[in-house]
Amino acid sequence: MARIGVFICHCGHNIASVVDVEKVTEFAKTLPGVVFASHNMYSCSEEGLGSIRDSIEENKLDRIVVAACTPRTHEPLFRRNCERAGVNKYLFEFVNIREHCSWIHAKEPEDATRKAMNLVAMGVAKAALLEPQTEGESNVVPVALVIGGGISGLAAASALVSQGIETHLVEKEASLGGILRDIEVIGPEMTESKKLIEELKRSIECSPKAHIHLSSRVTGLTGFIGNFEATISSEKCDEKVKVGAIIVATGGREFIPKGEYGYGSLPGVITQLELEKMLAKKEFPEKTVFIQCVGSRQPGRDFCSRMCCNTSIKNAIRIKEAKPDARVSVLHRDIMSYGTLAERVYMEAAEKGVRFMRYSLERIPMIKKKDSGLSVEVYDETLDEVIQLDADNVVLATPMVPIDDVKDVAMLLKVPVDKYGFFLEAHVKLRPVEFATEGVFICGTARWPSQVSECIAQGLAAAAKASVPIREGKVVIEPITAFSDSEKCIACGNCVIACPYEAIEIVEIDSKKQAKVNEAQCKGCGNCVAACHNDAMQQKGFGTRQLGAMIDALIKNALEVSE
Amino acid sequence: MSEFNPTILAFCCNWCSYAGADLAGVSRLQMPPNVHVIRVMCSAAVKPEYVFKALSQGIDGVLVLGCHIGDCHYMTGNHRTAKRFPLAQKILNDVGIDETRLKLDWVSAAEGEKFQQVITEFVGVIKKLGPNPLREVKF
Repeated sequence: MARIGVFICHCGHNIASVVDVEKVTEFAKTLPGVVFASHNMYSCSEEGLGSIRDSIEENKLDRIVVAACTPRTHEPLFRRNCERAGVNKYLFEFVNIREHCSWIHAKEPEDATRKAMNLVAMGVAKAALLEPQTEGESNVVPVALVIGGGISGLAAASALVSQGIETHLVEKEASLGGILRDIEVIGPEMTESKKLIEELKRSIECSPKAHIHLSSRVTGLTGFIGNFEATISSEKCDEKVKVGAIIVATGGREFIPKGEYGYGSLPGVITQLELEKMLAKKEFPEKTVFIQCVGSRQPGRDFCSRMCCNTSIKNAIRIKEAKPDARVSVLHRDIMSYGTLAERVYMEAAEKGVRFMRYSLERIPMIKKKDSGLSVEVYDETLDEVIQLDADNVVLATPMVPIDDVKDVAMLLKVPVDKYGFFLEAHVKLRPVEFATEGVFICGTARWPSQVSECIAQGLAAAAKASVPIREGKVVIEPITAFSDSEKCIACGNCVIACPYEAIEIVEIDSKKQAKVNEAQCKGCGNCVAACHNDAMQQKGFGTRQLGAMIDALIKNALEVSE
Repeated sequence: MSEFNPTILAFCCNWCSYAGADLAGVSRLQMPPNVHVIRVMCSAAVKPEYVFKALSQGIDGVLVLGCHIGDCHYMTGNHRTAKRFPLAQKILNDVGIDETRLKLDWVSAAEGEKFQQVITEFVGVIKKLGPNPLREVKF
């Protein structure tokens, strides 16, 4: 009989504020095979992991169930913890009572608690039937794919080729550089963007390891970490390349106002990028008014784009430096010049005579056309006064938003996006720049609006992480492969047809014809298991008895309780 | 009589629909607490026997959720799912179980909102149908 230990996680308030963890723990103690159950504030903390290890030792546990978050994030952590305590890591079962319970039933604590109990019962039932497994290995194609040739993608690709890793860089436009091609200098330290881009480009172009695909898109993707096959399409041809790891650096775009503040109808009302182009041509307006947070930090798009304040401050200083008598005002809701340097530059702008005025969402600035130029009427919260400002140009500081075809890219890569359309990494703190899908990484503004320095740092981080499996040359294969029960198999061949990888053949062993799975080729999809009419085909970790036990546990606990 | 609170089982594939369910959670999308997810690697690994077992013993509804056609992590797995479960529905009909107690749908890793919508609608359908009549049958 298995000796099962159950650990229910509070996840701070995330679970415990909805699910009655003590009740679930007491319930777990009554389940068959459970010899120990407890609850922790944070099971994934060093303290939580340590107490699990202690409990394993004290109670001689041989099956571990943790009811906490999604296995897609923390399963490896808990498995390693089991291993440290001397329990085979495949004798661990994860129950998701956060993403699948407390977070989605926040207003129904009683029902959520009952559901958590059912889920724990199902997990315990499966755990009782788990068997120890050993891991396999698979070779990694020593090639990386970087999607997007903006600053983040360039930083990533440059880092990869400098390590001698063969890299495909795919850019949909005809030239590299992304949005920075339209920006002359980058704040707050005023780097020339052309110089930066050229330097990175040269480092990639000079490398024999780099393959640059311009005016191209990734249109197909199959495979797994270590062995992806991507289709790169241009007008001329479709090319298939094998890669071991993928970095997504598809960037974002400037939000184009939809008529806000007379954009599109009042001449002189422009976006930040339109101003950048003017300044690059040395056209400095006499009178400029910046309006911050246009289309951001308000219902529907409630995030802060983080770069707009610094960009307005940078451009205000550029105008002031070119024309010290120019009148420049920045109308903001809060200035987000975070960090040491940007805050200093903000003060510098104020010293140079740039006027900063605070407006509120309840009373936004009004723009009117005059005989020549524009007039901006703003209610200054601090002065409690309405102020009139003349302007040649009103610059709307809009947020960075996801690229238009982000959903298509997400579908292709099978990775999630958040409600705004930015890509969602596996975990902000524990697995930054990684997707939950192994071997796929994310950096730059595709992830969320980032300053150039942050894009570069993230590009380098993604390259460092992507190079790990490539440098290792091997990845561990989870032992979830299929195997056939020789006694039950009647060699009908249904599994052979069902296998998408041609991993199964009918062979004769001990003068009995039977199915045999080639483990190296098996990807663990379980298609053969469902195709088998004789219950001979089984998948490690997803056996028919194990899943059947989960269904039984739900029937027993949910139906008998509700009667 | 208290309101009928159905017990529902959902099979979600690891790569798309389970991740979609996670995204719904991360996005705090609220939905009825009747659905219990079993994670499988591919929707085509779901044996019809699991569905029959669950429904014949009183589970009120079963969902099978996979990747969209063309997006299967295992190339063609969900093509088998797409053929298998309409057939399973016919069998259910033949033995007198309302076929709408079994539903097949596709939810991608990026579709937290779709997951919420599928769950909410299915729970609504099952609530309308009422308890699985086989719940009362003791074999």
